Order: sequence, then structure tokens, then C-alpha cells
Amino acid sequence: MGIISRGFTGRSREVNPALPPGQFLTEDFPVLSAGPTPDIDTADWEFSIRTESGEAHRWTWDDLMALPIEDIATDIHCVTRWSKLGTSWRGVSLDTLFADVDTSSGYTMAHSYGGYTTNVPLEDLLDGKAWIAFEFDGEPLAPEHGGPARLLVPHLYFWKSAKWIRGLVMHDSDDPGFWEQNGYHLYGDPWREQRYW
Amino acid sequence: MTSGWKVGTVSATRTETPTGRSITIDVPGWPGNIAGQHVDVRLTAPDGYQAVRSYSIASVGDDERVQLAVDRLPDGEVSPYLVDDLLPGDQLEFRGPLGGWFVWRPEVGDVVQTEPVQLIGGGSGIVPLIAMIRSHAASANPAKFRLLYSVRSPEDAFFADELASLAGDDLEITWVYTRKAPEGWPMPAHRLTKDQLASASFDVTQNPSVFVCGPTGFVESVASWLVDLGHDPARVKTERFGGA
Repeated sequence: MGIISRGFTGRSREVNPALPPGQFLTEDFPVLSAGPTPDIDTADWEFSIRTESGEAHRWTWDDLMALPIEDIATDIHCVTRWSKLGTSWRGVSLDTLFADVDTSSGYTMAHSYGGYTTNVPLEDLLDGKAWIAFEFDGEPLAPEHGGPARLLVPHLYFWKSAKWIRGLVMHDSDDPGFWEQNGYHLYGDPWREQRYW
Repeated sequence: MTSGWKVGTVSATRTETPTGRSITIDVPGWPGNIAGQHVDVRLTAPDGYQAVRSYSIASVGDDERVQLAVDRLPDGEVSPYLVDDLLPGDQLEFRGPLGGWFVWRPEVGDVVQTEPVQLIGGGSGIVPLIAMIRSHAASANPAKFRLLYSVRSPEDAFFADELASLAGDDLEITWVYTRKAPEGWPMPAHRLTKDQLASASFDVTQNPSVFVCGPTGFVESVASWLVDLGHDPARVKTERFGGA
């Protein structure tokens, strides 16, 4: 326990088992982006997965919409300490997108329109743990929240859920992405408070 | 860099606006920070309950004296305590400095940074920007700085006296008053427009570094206007607060 802050009582002692350590609940949906919000037309949008052999699997927006779409109910946790519980999304599972991808690499780098990158181990994207999401709360995903589509990896801090996703590139090693080079943890598990280096 | 919590003792507080104040804290062992970085602040209640929030640092340099400036959020848990209750002599815990993106250094390695710097702040979004302004002034760095600062009214400006004293050839300041302009101000209170942004900020041909910090809606508008005006999105760094 730290030193006592005189006169500080805090708001609530209600223990919420859905809340990782050091997080607080918000009903709001804060926006954290390192630069301007890119303007992306779904007519120009494309998503790809590129493997170590150089082979690229590509999907247009229409291709994506033709795949099985899942409803996702999940909690999300931002490294800046807010959590939002029971959020609802729609998207396509990465299991579906990786079904025909032949790779022996263990890591991915997510690349976004606008240049953002973040690294995620492949196993964290498979087995029902991650999606390409394009709807939030029954509406098309707003640009400031990553629309038209973002990566959704809700079991990791939310900077891993790359906004404006355009592709995944397979890597043999866990190379740091944008925030990972700028002070954030390489993996980012909210339950272990892996916030910073 | 970020290991461990350090105990800091409040040495001074100063009312800056009707809803915000600056707080100066002595943090023995603070390693210093570059302009634009944050710090995690931890409060502990008598029963052990803890709350942590991240704040931008207004101060810069090697000193063990750290300054924050905090705006009270109406439904906040930590900011009302920092703005209304905290007294000199009180202790808080700090971890940092944090962040390596929304930062400005007078030199990178041995290279003096001479490119123009355009700062655009809304409300308490001035905090990391004043750190850059202080860093620029303290280092006598030759880069030209411009600040565009949007506030509701003159009373809502943080660091108003200091900004007035630093304004000059090396720091041009444009004020935007959104609700109430000072008496005799040449234009009525209004929200920032794209045209005013274009005329008050460095032109694309001057290849400025741009830092925008403020409420989400403000930053969204300004950043998209900058891109419309031809700025390379990669040279526009942003920090937003609040929801959308």
C-alpha cells in the first residue's frame, strides 16, 4: 500500500471482478489516436494478410461482408486506465480470415491506414479471440474509433486493437510496433498490468 | 525509466482558471522529463483504496520539481481532489515520465532542431504545449514557435501571464475565444474555423512539426483541417481527451 493521500476517499469500493487491476469504469468512449483520423472510403478499402513467403491474401470490403459475420459482446480495457464493459460489436473472425493462410511464423504486425502499427502474437488472434470489426453498438464504426474497420483483440490493452486496419504481416520475431517503440509494453495483458516497458 | 513509484510532496498550488489549477510537487529521485511527457499519479485512501490517473507534465528538464496543471472533470474521481482539496505539504505518488511520441526536444542527439513548431491547444490541452514552450525558451533554441490557443473565455486560459510574457518574435500567439472575448477584442467570440487555422499557423511549405492537444472534438476538427490544408498526417501529432 502506498502513502495515504490526506483527504482522499475515492469514489467506490465496489469490487467488480470484470475490471482488471488499476482500471476504472467509463460509460463514455474516449478517443486516443497519435495523429489525424484518416478518411477511408469502403470502395477503396482493402485488407490483406502477407506471409513469410511473400504471398498475400486480399479482401475488398465486399469480400469481407460476404464472410460469416459474428456478433461480439466483450469488455475493452485502455492502457490509459478506462474500461468499458459489455460493449457490442460485429465483425469477421480472424479464424475465418486465416483459414487458408499457410504460415509457420508466430507473430504478426498489424498495419493501419495512416501508418500506425502494432505487434500481436498469432496465437492471440486465433481461436475466437480477435476480429476485424466494422460495427459498434449497432452502428457503422465511426472514423475516430477506427472505422470503417479496426482490429479487435479485446483480451489485450486496446492499443493492440489497431484502428483503420489494412493488413497483417507475418513476422518470425515479436518486433515492436508504434506504441511499443514509444514506451508501451510489447504484449499488453491488462490482467497483468503490462502497461509500459 | 518507469520502474517504481516515487513519493512527491506538494510545494505549491495556483488557481489558473475557474475549474483548474497548477500544482508544483517536489519528487526526490525524479529523473527529469522531456517536453510533452506524462506521469502516472497515484492516490491512496486510508483504507488502502487506490486510484491512478495519467497527467501531462507542464514542467520540463532535469529538475526534481514537477508541475502539473489539472482541469476538474465534473464527474471525475481524482481531478476534483487535485483541484479542490490538495494542499501544500500533501503527498502523492508518481511514476514516470511516460511517453515518447507527443514530445519535443531542442536537440536530438547533437542536432539542434530548427524546423518551425506549430502548437494548437484547446483548454487544458495547453499543458504539454507549455512544456514545449518552456523547453524552447530555456534552451534558446532558434526554431520559430507559434501557438494557437482556444479557450472559452480569458479566465479559462491556463498560464495566461506566462504566455503573455513569452510572446514575441520566437513565439507568436493567436488566441481564440469561443464563448466570451476580452473587452475590445477585434472579433466576437467564435469557434476556430479552418480559415483562421490556415492564416494563424505555419504554412505547409515551411514544413512545421505540428502538435495538437485538446478535447476530442476540437482535435478531430483541427487535425482533419490540417490534412486538408496539405500537411503530411505523419507530421501532425495529436493528443485527445474525453469521449466521442
